[in-house]
Amino acid sequence: MIHTFSFRHKNILLYFLWDVESGSLHVVDYLAFLMCKHHYKLLMTDEEYDDLNSFAVSDRDSTLSEILTLEENNLLNCVSKITNYTKSVDLIKSLCLNVCHDCNLRCKYCFAKDGTYNTLKDFMSPEIGMKAVDFLIAHSNSVRNVEIDFFGGEPLLNLRTVKKVISYARSKEKEYNKLFNFTFTTNCTLLSKKTMDFLNEEMVNVVLSLDGRKLTHDNVRIDKYGKGTYDLALKNALAFKDKRNDKKYYARGTFTSLNLDFCDDIFALVEKGFDQISIEPVVLPSDNSLAIRDEHLDRVLKEYDLFAEKYLESRKSDKWFNFFHFMIDLENGPCINKRLSGCGAGTEYLAISPTGDIYPCHQFVGNKDFVIGNVFDGILNPNIRTIFSKNTIFSKGHCKNCFAKYFCGGGCTANSYNLTGDLHGEYTIGCKLTKKRLELSLAIWAIEKLGL
Amino acid sequence: MKHIKIISNNIFQKDHQTNCKECQSSCQSACKTSCTVGNQNCAREEKINKKETEILK
Repeated sequence: MIHTFSFRHKNILLYFLWDVESGSLHVVDYLAFLMCKHHYKLLMTDEEYDDLNSFAVSDRDSTLSEILTLEENNLLNCVSKITNYTKSVDLIKSLCLNVCHDCNLRCKYCFAKDGTYNTLKDFMSPEIGMKAVDFLIAHSNSVRNVEIDFFGGEPLLNLRTVKKVISYARSKEKEYNKLFNFTFTTNCTLLSKKTMDFLNEEMVNVVLSLDGRKLTHDNVRIDKYGKGTYDLALKNALAFKDKRNDKKYYARGTFTSLNLDFCDDIFALVEKGFDQISIEPVVLPSDNSLAIRDEHLDRVLKEYDLFAEKYLESRKSDKWFNFFHFMIDLENGPCINKRLSGCGAGTEYLAISPTGDIYPCHQFVGNKDFVIGNVFDGILNPNIRTIFSKNTIFSKGHCKNCFAKYFCGGGCTANSYNLTGDLHGEYTIGCKLTKKRLELSLAIWAIEKLGL
Repeated sequence: MKHIKIISNNIFQKDHQTNCKECQSSCQSACKTSCTVGNQNCAREEKINKKETEILK
C-alpha cells in the first residue's frame, strides 16, 4: 500500500511517497509523484493526468525505472507480512491509578465529569494503592519497567496515597527486579514548592494541563466558582518546568471549537518558555458546543498545515520546541509489535478506581459494564480482556487500508466506544486528524533530515 | 536516483525491534484522550527529545 501526499514548505510544494507496509519514506519530484500514482492506479485528477502526459516519454520511462528499482528493493509497494494479530493478555505492565475522584476545577470539556467519572466523589486509600502495586508486580512477569500513572480528578488532592504508593513500590523494586516509572497529570493549581520538589524527584514524566492563551484557558478551565485558572496554573507550571531540567514533562492542552486557531495557543506556550508541548483536539459528542464537528474539519486541517510550517521555522530559531503529535522517529521508533498492540487498553494497560475496581483504561472508569475485577480478588471477568485483545487494526474495517495504522495502532478504543457505541467503531474526526498529523510528521522528518 | 530521494527505509523491519515490552504505554505519556503509539520511543533507544541531542543526527 502506498500513500502519496504533498506539503508546501517555503512556498514550494514537496511531494512524498509513504510505503505503508515497509515504513519507507521517499521525497520525489512532481513527475515521480504522478508516475507513482499512475503506475499503482491511485486516484488521480484530470489535471494530474494532463500534467503527466505533458512530460517527455523518455523522462517518464526513466522515472518508472526508478520506481521499479524501489519496488525490487522492498522500498515501495511492499506486501503486508502480518495479516492477523491478537494482543497478549498474559502481561500487565502499566496501571493508571485514579487516586481521586474529585477535582478543584470544573473544566467544561472534562470526560471525567468534574473528576467523579459519574460515581461518588472518592479518594483511593493507601491500602488500595498498595494492593494495586502488588497486582502489578504479580502480573508483569519478567518485564522490568513497569508504570503507574497518578490520575484523577486532580491527584494532588490525594497526595498522601501517592506518596504511600511510591514508597511501597520502591520497597519492592529490588526483591522483584522491577523499576517503577511513575507519571503524574495535574491541573497545576495546587502545586506548592514542596510538592514540585517531590514530583520532580519521583516522576519520570509530569503532564501539566495548560490550554495556551489566557483567554482560551480561562474559557474552559475554570474553578468551582466559574473563575478562570490561567494565572495560577501558568505561574506554577513555569516554576515546575524550571526545576525539571532534562526530565520529561509536557505542557498539555486541549483545543475545542472555541479555539480552532490553536496554533496561537501552542505558540503562546512556546513564548512562555515551554519546550515540550502537546495540544490535542477535544473528544466530545457532536451535540456538545465545544466539540470538533465535521464542519470544523477543513479549518482544523488548515491550522495544522499552518502550524507545521511555523513549527519548522521555530525549531531553527532560539524557540526550539517539541510537539508531541509530530514526534516520530523513522530510525529508532517503536517495534512493529508495539505498533500492533496500540495503547494496550484492556490488555497490558489497565486503570484502577478509588475503590480498587479494575477497568480497561481510565476512560472506561465508572462504566460498570467494563469492570474487569478488583485489586483484592484479581481478574474476575477475563472475557472483557479477551475482547480488548482482539481489538486491533485487523479487527477494524476502517484500519485495514489506512496509511496511518502503524502509527495509531488502531486509535483510542474509548473514543470509538464513547462516540460510536462500538469498540471497533470509527471515530471519523479523530481518524482524519490523526492522518493529517502523520502526513505532517513525515514531511517534517524529511525536511529536517534534508535541511530544507 | 534522479527523481526520488529515499528518506527512510524499512523502519518496520529493523533489528532493534525486539518486542521486549519494556517501553512506555502510550497513554502514560501525554495523551490520555488519543492513541499515539508511533511517537513512542523504543526503550532500548530511549532519548529525550531535546534540541541538544538532535534526533536527526
